[in-house]
This record gives sequence, structure tokens and C-alpha cells, in this order.
Amino acid sequence: MNAKRIDKIATGVLYAIAAFVVIILVALLGYILVQGVPEISWHFLTSPALSFEAGGGIGIQLFNSFYLLFLALLISLPISLGAGIYLNEYAPQNTITGLIRTTIEILSSLPSVVVGLFGYLFFVVQFKLGFSILSGAFALTVFNLPILTRSIEEALANISNDQREAGYALGLSRWETVTKIVVPAALPSIITGVVLSAGRIFGEAAALIYTAGQSAPALNFHDWNPFNISSPLSPMRPAETLAVHIWKINSEGIMPDAKAVSAGASAVLIIAVLLFNFLARWLGKRLYKHLTAE
Amino acid sequence: MSTILTTENLSLYYGKKQALKGVNMSFDEKGITALIGPSGCGKSTFLRCLNRMNDLIPNVTITGEVNFNQSNIYAPTMDTVKLRKEIGMVFQQPNPFPFSIYENVVYGLRLAGVRDKETLDAAVEKSLKQAAIWDEVKDRLHVNALSLSGGQQQRVCIARVLAVEPDIILLDEATSALDPISSHTIEMTLLNLRHDYTIITVTHNMQQASRISDRTAFFLNGELIEVNDTKQIFMNPVKQETNDYISGRFG
Repeated sequence: MNAKRIDKIATGVLYAIAAFVVIILVALLGYILVQGVPEISWHFLTSPALSFEAGGGIGIQLFNSFYLLFLALLISLPISLGAGIYLNEYAPQNTITGLIRTTIEILSSLPSVVVGLFGYLFFVVQFKLGFSILSGAFALTVFNLPILTRSIEEALANISNDQREAGYALGLSRWETVTKIVVPAALPSIITGVVLSAGRIFGEAAALIYTAGQSAPALNFHDWNPFNISSPLSPMRPAETLAVHIWKINSEGIMPDAKAVSAGASAVLIIAVLLFNFLARWLGKRLYKHLTAE
Repeated sequence: MSTILTTENLSLYYGKKQALKGVNMSFDEKGITALIGPSGCGKSTFLRCLNRMNDLIPNVTITGEVNFNQSNIYAPTMDTVKLRKEIGMVFQQPNPFPFSIYENVVYGLRLAGVRDKETLDAAVEKSLKQAAIWDEVKDRLHVNALSLSGGQQQRVCIARVLAVEPDIILLDEATSALDPISSHTIEMTLLNLRHDYTIITVTHNMQQASRISDRTAFFLNGELIEVNDTKQIFMNPVKQETNDYISGRFG
């Protein structure tokens, strides 16, 4: 066989593998959407879940997912940003920073159920936070920190050293160079990383089952005082999220329309995660354009 | 003419390796000094000592003194931020920030706390004119500086340095990444600036050194071999090594 022929065969094989991956993805998404989208309605998205009768919705779970996501990002973003900046801009390359990087890598490969159990022992039991949004947000922070730190560090590392030298040569201090040149220049990819990690948090179930809990008590959507336990903003209430809800219906759901609710909720979850992905791309591009030229 | 910058017994070590060997040199106010020599001779290293850019490299040890306006810039009390505003630098690779041309030029001023729009506008026009790029970009000051060609980017970088009105401008092979026409434009720019600024340029290009500089210094293996008026260096060098180098026998 000559080189040309082998090349053709190799190209064909690679195409086939790529097609296989795409087909699996499309089939999976297609199945979930075809099954679930017909179940979605305004009523389904806004009304509370029913445990024993048909006709329940996912309103509270959906709200919980977003609120938990918001709190988790609120805690993890500043920490990851600081850690990423430290690792890429300040830390010397030595054994200690090597150790930190290895630790982050190990942390990022921790199974989320382990993070959940750790969160249960640490936040729920030890710190007596109970099954609450706060416990869940802390667990998600543990889950999210390593990945977000890595992506921020990479975003900063992609900014060429010439930019930093230009800053120093203009008389900027290191802090000014970081905050006024490097971070703005890296902002589009940082935002992309944040939104993508938001998608992962949004779909997370295992880390939340033992921390944010599996119940969704009724909420009073007229009470926005975070200190009242029935307020949607209360961080101390237990909060079942969408992903946990799907898991629960499928393992122990006894409502007559469990299958339909599960399909609908799965479709909503998938659509939300897809939206996060598209949003990440769009926002990244928009921001890049905006920052680089007005 | 008065002396603006002197180095006394300036040595630099990368770890244990000595890259500069006790350089004594002085620079007069205004005019262009070219630093020439083969690759690895220490000319860029020397240039970067003059505004303490070598501080940023780990494992570097510097001994000796660099006196700028009668004070040693390596004294512990020296404010490097202030120093680099007075001694600006242009690099080999054009490195505009990924912002608009306007923002690039006013960057140093904004950091110095200048807010007044008219002052900023005036500084932009003046600096871009000095850098000989105003006519090319005056209608698109708000487009991304990275969308310009390499030569234009480099002139924006020069304008960025000029905007903060430094006393000395260091150029580290500022034309070596550019095409001949852009290089020529930059050379013309420098010739216009030599009456108002002290310019120190490192160059690989001996024709360029002979075309634009008033004085030339020849470096070899970390040592300053010879420094004199450019004409003297190229027509009638004192040292044998200088003669060998400019006649192309090595390097």
C-alpha cells in the first residue's frame, strides 16, 4: 500500500470516529428533547411539585437551581480569581507551587458524590448548617473551585508576556499590570470559563443530595426577606434542585405521572445547560469585541 | 552637552554566568546612541539594566551603579514605577495592549491620574504625530490597535512611550521584526525625535546604526569594547575586535 492510500484510509477512519461521537450526542439530546419538550408548559415550569398526584411542576426546583448556582458562583469566583492570579502572576515556579497545582488537579478529579459526602460531614454536621442552600453552595464551591481556578489560570497564561513587559515599561506596578492589562485582556476567556462551569454546577446532583437536601418546601414568593425560612432567598432552607429532583423521581417517585415529570425536567435541564454553553460563546465574543475596540 | 546617564562598573549575572563584565559608560543628553555587537554579547541585557527591566527575571544579580540624574537607580529607595515613567522602553515585538489606539496612547497618562478629556486628546494627537503615525490613524483612533500592521503597531508603541514624556527612550531591536519599509519609517521617526529625547537603541543592523546614531558602542562577550562617535567607530575604529566586527569578519 502506498502512502497516499494509507492517508485516505486514515482520513476515512477519523471521519467515522468523529461521526460516531456526534451521532451518540445527537441521539442522546434528541431522545431527551423529544421525550421531554411536549411536557414543558408554563404551568410545569412555575408550579410546585406534587408528591402523590399527577400535574405537579418543577417551579421551586428550577428556582432553587438558579439560586444555588448564583450563591456557589458568588463564593467560588472571587476565590478562584485570586488563586488563578496568584498561581499565574505571582507564584514562583518551585516545589510548593507544583504541589498546589497537583492538589488542584486531584481535587478536580474528585467524584462529586465524594464531595457531597464530605460536604455532609463538614458543612451539614460539623458546622451545623443542616440541609440547606448554604451547605449546598459550599459543597458546589469545593466542586467548582479547582476547575474554575484552572480555567482562570489558563486564561491568564494565554496573555503574552510582551503585554506584561509593556505594562512594566510604562511604569505600572505588578498589581496594576495584572488588574488593568492582564485580567481585562483575559476577561473574555475568563467569562467563558465561568459560564461553562456554571453549566456543570447547574446539572450537578450527587454533591447536593446530602448537602442541599432532597426536599423542596413550599416557598412564599411574596416574601423576599432572606431571614424568613419560607422566603425564596433564605439560604438556610433545604432546597432540592432540578438535577436532584430528576434523580429522586426516578429512584423513588410515586406520583402517577413520574415518567412525564422526569422527562420534562430532564429536557429543561438539558436546555438550560445548552443555553449556558451558547451564552458563554456569545458573551465571550461580545466582550472580546467590546474590550478590544469600542 | 551634559551627561544624563552613567553606568559604573555594571556587572550582571544570570545565576553563576556573568553576562555583563563591569561596563562603564556615559550617555549625553539628547541624541541617539546605538549599541551593537553579535548575538549574546550583552547589549540587550545592558539596555534592560538601564530601567531595571532585568529585575523581573528570577536569579539575576546586578552589581555596580547606574546613575540617572545623579542618583543610583539600583539604590533601595529608588521607585521603579517612577523610574520607568522617565525611562521608557520599546520592545522587539510590537506589544500594543489589546485596546483601541487611543486607549493605548493615553494609558500611561490615565494611570498617572490625568482625567481631563482635552488634555488626553491633545496628548494623543501630539504623541501620534511625533511617532509619525497620526495621518494613518487619525480617523480610526477607536479601532483595536492589534488590527494595525506590525510597523504601525510599533509606532503606536512609540507614541505610547512618548505620551508620558520620558527623558530617555530605550529601544530593544525595535525594528528587527518589521519589514524594510516600516523599519525605514521608524528610523525617520527616531531621527526626528533625537533633538528632544535621549535615545538608546540596540540593533543588529549595522547600516541602521551608522545611518541614525550619533554615538555607537560595541559590545563583545559582556564587555564594552569601544564607544565613540558613530563616524569614528565605522571609519576608524581603535580596537581590532571592533574593526573585525564592522568589516563582517565575525558576528
